Amino acid sequence: MSLGVKHLFLLILVVAFTVFPLYYKRGAEFGGADDRVETVITAINPHYQPWCAPLWEPPSGEIESLLFAVQAAAGSGFVFYYLGYLKGRKNKE
Amino acid sequence: MSRRWAKLLSFLILFGMLLPPPAYAMHIMEGFLPAKWCLFWYALAFPFFIWGLLAIKKRVSGEPGLKMLLGLAGAFTFVLSALKLPSVTGSCSHPTGVGLGAILFGPASMSVLGAIVLLFQALLLAHGGLTTLGANTFSMAVVGPFVAYGVYRAFARLRPAWAVFAAAALGDLLTYVATSFQLALAFPQQGSVIAPFLKFCGVFAVTQVPLALSEGLLTVVVFNLLVRYGRSELGLLGILPEEAKADVAGR
Repeated sequence: MSLGVKHLFLLILVVAFTVFPLYYKRGAEFGGADDRVETVITAINPHYQPWCAPLWEPPSGEIESLLFAVQAAAGSGFVFYYLGYLKGRKNKE
Repeated sequence: MSRRWAKLLSFLILFGMLLPPPAYAMHIMEGFLPAKWCLFWYALAFPFFIWGLLAIKKRVSGEPGLKMLLGLAGAFTFVLSALKLPSVTGSCSHPTGVGLGAILFGPASMSVLGAIVLLFQALLLAHGGLTTLGANTFSMAVVGPFVAYGVYRAFARLRPAWAVFAAAALGDLLTYVATSFQLALAFPQQGSVIAPFLKFCGVFAVTQVPLALSEGLLTVVVFNLLVRYGRSELGLLGILPEEAKADVAGR
C-alpha cells in the first residue's frame, strides 16, 4: 500500500470519527460553550462565583468563528508550506 | 490490523453507550479556578516553561532547518486546537496537537509552544483564561507532551507508526484527565477528590476519546510525511525510525 493510499484511509477514518457523533447523538446541542462546566461546578459547590472575567470577548459568534478560522488557516498554511518545501527539496535531489 | 480496528471501534461504541448526559469540555475558563489554585499551577508550570526555552535554544541554535520544523510543531498545535469537533457526549471539544512536537523536540519544548497557543486563545478568543493559564499550560503543555513523549519512547522500537499514534492520542486524552484532576482538587466533595474527579472525567475525558483518536491519526500522517521528505531533520533530532534508516542505506 502506497503512503498516499494509506493516508487517504487514515483521513477517511478521521472524518468517520467526526461524523459518527453527529449521527449517534443526533438532536444533541453540540455546544462548545465552556460555561456549561459551570453547572458541574455549581452542583458540587453551589456558592462558587467565578472571580474573574475575560478581558475581551469576541462580540459575536461570527467574530469568534472568524478568529478560529484565522487560527486554523494560519496554522495549516504553515504546515503545508513546510511540507511542500520538504517535498520540493527532496524532488530536487 | 483490521481486527484491532474492529476491537477499538466496538470498545468505543460500548463506551459511548455508558456516557453521561451532554457536557461541555475544554480548557478551564477564566475565573473558574480559585485564586490559590491559579497560583499553584502557575508555579508548577513555570519551571517547565523555562526548561522548554532552554531546550529549544539548545536544540535549534545553528540549525535553521530545525527552526522550520519547530515552526511546524507549533503550527500543528495551532491548527488542531482551533478545530472544535463533535463528540459522542453530544458536545464539542478540540484536540491539542502537542504530541507531534513532543516526539520531535522533546516534551519540555512543547511547554513553550503550548503556552503560546493557550495565551493566544485566552486573549483573543476568551477561551481558557489568563488566571487559569498556568493550570491549562500544565495540563496541555506539560502533562500531555510528557505522556506523549514517554509513550513514543516506550514503543518506538517496536512499531514507529503505532507508537506515534498512541503517543499523540494518549497525550491528548491525558491532558483532559489532568484538567479533571485540577478541577477536582479545587472543588472537592466532602473532603474527597475522587468523586468530583470521576464527575469531571465524565465531562472532559470521555468527550475527548474520539478526538484523541483523530489526533493520533493526523499526527501519524504528518509524521510519515516527515519520515519520507524530512530525513535530514529527523536524523539531526535522532528520531529517524530504523526501517527508514535502512531505506536510506539501501539506496
